[in-house]
Amino acid sequence: MSKIVEGLLYSGSHEWVMVEGETAVIGITDFAQKSMGNIVYVDMPDEDDEVTKDEEFGAVESVKAASDLYSPVSGTVAARNEALEDEPGLLNSDPYANWIIKVKMSDPSETASLMDAAGYGEFLDKQA
Amino acid sequence: MMEPEMETLKKTCLYDSHIALGAQMSPFGGYMMPIQYSDIVQEHNAVRMHCGMFDVSHMGEIFISGPDAGAFVNHIFTNDVAKLRPGQAQYGMMLYPEGGVVDDLLVYMMPQPETWLLVVNAANIAKDDGWIRSAASGWNVTVDNRSEEYGQIALQGPESEKIAVRALGMELSDLVFYTFKEVRFADGAVIASRSGYTGEDGFEFYSSPDIIRKIWDALLAAGVTPCGLGCRDTLRFEVGLPLYGHELGPDISPIEAGLGIFVKCDKPEFIGRDAVMALKASGPLRKLVGIELEDKAIPRSGYPVEADGRQIGEVTTGYSSISTGKSVCMAFVETPFAAAGTQLGIRIRKKVFPGKVCGKRFYDKKYRK
Repeated sequence: MSKIVEGLLYSGSHEWVMVEGETAVIGITDFAQKSMGNIVYVDMPDEDDEVTKDEEFGAVESVKAASDLYSPVSGTVAARNEALEDEPGLLNSDPYANWIIKVKMSDPSETASLMDAAGYGEFLDKQA
Repeated sequence: MMEPEMETLKKTCLYDSHIALGAQMSPFGGYMMPIQYSDIVQEHNAVRMHCGMFDVSHMGEIFISGPDAGAFVNHIFTNDVAKLRPGQAQYGMMLYPEGGVVDDLLVYMMPQPETWLLVVNAANIAKDDGWIRSAASGWNVTVDNRSEEYGQIALQGPESEKIAVRALGMELSDLVFYTFKEVRFADGAVIASRSGYTGEDGFEFYSSPDIIRKIWDALLAAGVTPCGLGCRDTLRFEVGLPLYGHELGPDISPIEAGLGIFVKCDKPEFIGRDAVMALKASGPLRKLVGIELEDKAIPRSGYPVEADGRQIGEVTTGYSSISTGKSVCMAFVETPFAAAGTQLGIRIRKKVFPGKVCGKRFYDKKYRK
């Protein structure tokens, strides 16, 4: 079973979002890290880069494959988690404690289309 | 490309064991094959540090026999089998007359008179069989594709010789790399060959499906790590060994791929010789090189290689090397960019990552010569 954390929002492409005012903290879910296997590289955008909802903003790479990351919201990159450059495996060991980017949202109402923990749980059940 | 339907995919004689071991299975070369059992990094390191085993029963076994067998094999093969004695093997290629590669293969000179064993890639078995048969017209040889009758296990890693004695009762210390002998196991005949595709010492065992299952179970019981095709690829890549469909193919010359030492143009004749001689004279327009990136972004098959603001090549295989941690790849680049140290970039998604040309061996081979 994949772990799901209450209080976060979730996208269908397996990113989680923690809303802090106008900032969205974004990471990947336990389901995502498990299906990837050993993560060896995280490709993150630079600070001040624009990201667009449902469009690719980076990638997570295992030994065998690259998996694109899709932004759950639109806005500007406020921070990137530099710790992942040296230790990409943090996403495997605790995907919810290790965010990837923080986005200053241009339209916070976009988060309305994301799932809550219960909704994401049902979403995963349907995929199984 | 669409994968073939499940129904048409073949199973090797070890399929049930892979399922019982919980392997992640995926289509490869027309077979359902184990990609990994537990973890690709653990399996890779088991082979580098200790010992691992691979089900490679998907590989094809084609026998050539008859009065013309030796001369015919030398006619279709780029290496020179006239130099072999029974019990020795050679690596080389079969070429089209235009110089592209039909397949790369191992040729074994069998102890039985006038008998040669060709071990070919799974995806190419039918093509190779057809190619060899059409080339055999007018030669006094029999071509016998016995791929379905043979299973194959590769036991690879520095502890292979010790494990073969302990788990299989096989004394193989008399074999050096690229030699083989026939041994017995569980009352069956086994070809034991000191060879492999990992850059480590090791053996490849060919036998009937029944005996292959018994060898597999004996090795499992001895604690040998089962390894999937995932780490077979990372292992062969690190030591610069080519994979057909990536570094070799119908539109790639072995000269471009840097495999000229396996093409013996001092032989008076073989299929593709004229094309190889012509390309050697004119110089290849592209060459296979190694590239090491400064960043940790991973170059993968098909990604463009760029220099002077344009695409000058393409990645054939790339990884974050498990043994060294470096982001490296093999790539075909235009010849003017192929010199060691040349600065170039690889486009990975939206960005171009800087790197430089280096050797194709990212890790040293440890064969027992």
